Amino acid sequence: MTSSEVFKVEELAYELKIGDIMTRQVITVEPQATMRQVKEILRDRRITGTPVTIGRQLVGIVSIEDVIVAMERGWLDMPVAQCMTTRLHTVRDLDTVVRALNAFARTGVGRLPVLDANEQLVGILTKDDVTRGVLKALQAAYHEEEVRRYRASHVFEDMPSDHTSVMLRYDVAVNDFGSAGRASSQVKHALQRLGIDPRVVRRMAIASYEAEMNLVIHTVSGGSIIVEVTPQFVALLAADGGPGIANVQRALQPGFSTAPDWIREMGFGAGMGLSNIRACTDEMNLNSRPGRGTRLTAVVYLRPPSGAEGNVPNEAATDHGGLAADA
Amino acid sequence: MHLHEVLAITDARLLTSGADLELSVQCGLASDLMSDVLRLDLTDGLLVTGLANQQVVRTAEMADAAAILLVRGKDLPAETVALAERVGIPVLATNLNMFESCGRLFRAGLQACAGGKAGQASKEAGAAAGSVAAQQIHRRGTAAS
Repeated sequence: MTSSEVFKVEELAYELKIGDIMTRQVITVEPQATMRQVKEILRDRRITGTPVTIGRQLVGIVSIEDVIVAMERGWLDMPVAQCMTTRLHTVRDLDTVVRALNAFARTGVGRLPVLDANEQLVGILTKDDVTRGVLKALQAAYHEEEVRRYRASHVFEDMPSDHTSVMLRYDVAVNDFGSAGRASSQVKHALQRLGIDPRVVRRMAIASYEAEMNLVIHTVSGGSIIVEVTPQFVALLAADGGPGIANVQRALQPGFSTAPDWIREMGFGAGMGLSNIRACTDEMNLNSRPGRGTRLTAVVYLRPPSGAEGNVPNEAATDHGGLAADA
Repeated sequence: MHLHEVLAITDARLLTSGADLELSVQCGLASDLMSDVLRLDLTDGLLVTGLANQQVVRTAEMADAAAILLVRGKDLPAETVALAERVGIPVLATNLNMFESCGRLFRAGLQACAGGKAGQASKEAGAAAGSVAAQQIHRRGTAAS
């Protein structure tokens, strides 16, 4: 770790709240439970201790050490209330993680019950929770930084033109089920790197995947997936050279499929692909001529910048370059 | 529900390595039809399926699923396990059948994933104004061939 990374961890310990990283689903026992029952719970749940509660009120804590003592002395049928620890070290859900770290260091306990402002038990915190929580937050912070670095707006700001777009083109081979999904996986990754809203990324990834499966399953010689990203929209084109669709209207009906059984056995061919693409994009267009090929386009619009003119690409704007120049 | 709870509840084993057992799954969805899965919102959910091939992993990846549970004692080819590890989707396998797997998980509190259309809720206004874009892309695609 570099010094700046250590600094980041310290910063997170002061920023993160215990409530953010604690385990919320706490396994508890009631004071009248027997130590034998506690032993079973600890073993089944693979935990080393559990709070003792009446309702959500914390009255004690019982650990694996208490169980061992109970076993040695033949107390296994005694109620927990007589064997539990009642000297309790607790923390608050709204406290920062650094408070918990200090409490762990000071008391030497392995777990801290977490109480809310009304003294009710709302969670439990272990050192593992802290490590996991800090790592997760650190990862999120790095992810944010990475996304910021690759944000589409930066690409568009850094390389100004009258109409900037990023084009991605993928070749999809027919009947190649081993690679099916590779293009869409890369589309998804690219959109993430460009900082596109995760919901839009998901919609576009699903549309792309369905389109890619269509190319793999139905075409004579495969096809291309082309994705265009602009500040205003993300567009998908799936193009192939045949065989073409005889009846486009029928192909668009949910449940209509011409896929053979062996495709269905792979989980596809239920006749939902095109209708799925339509459902998860803002615009879908299917154009096909038997013997010539099929062009499927789908567009998802990004939130338009407020007051900006020309959110929708017009004829003149998109006529130069783009997919045409790509050919 | 955490992944380790899913493992315990369905007597499952983990096929992929390096999974975070504290990973939380928000909901469950069971199907052998991947197009049905893609129709629904599986974000952070558990995909329960009897289909054991690469497309299950790809489907889970595209749909932002949290994990996959294979039922009826299915196994995955090594290259598919490797793919799942690469895209970061843990795969679990149980000998239980689909019905019992779902029943146990549901009884333990795992809810069904929302039945809405994928992305429907996040569709933004402005689609009506946007048909020009679709035509444009479409036309240029034609030119590209």
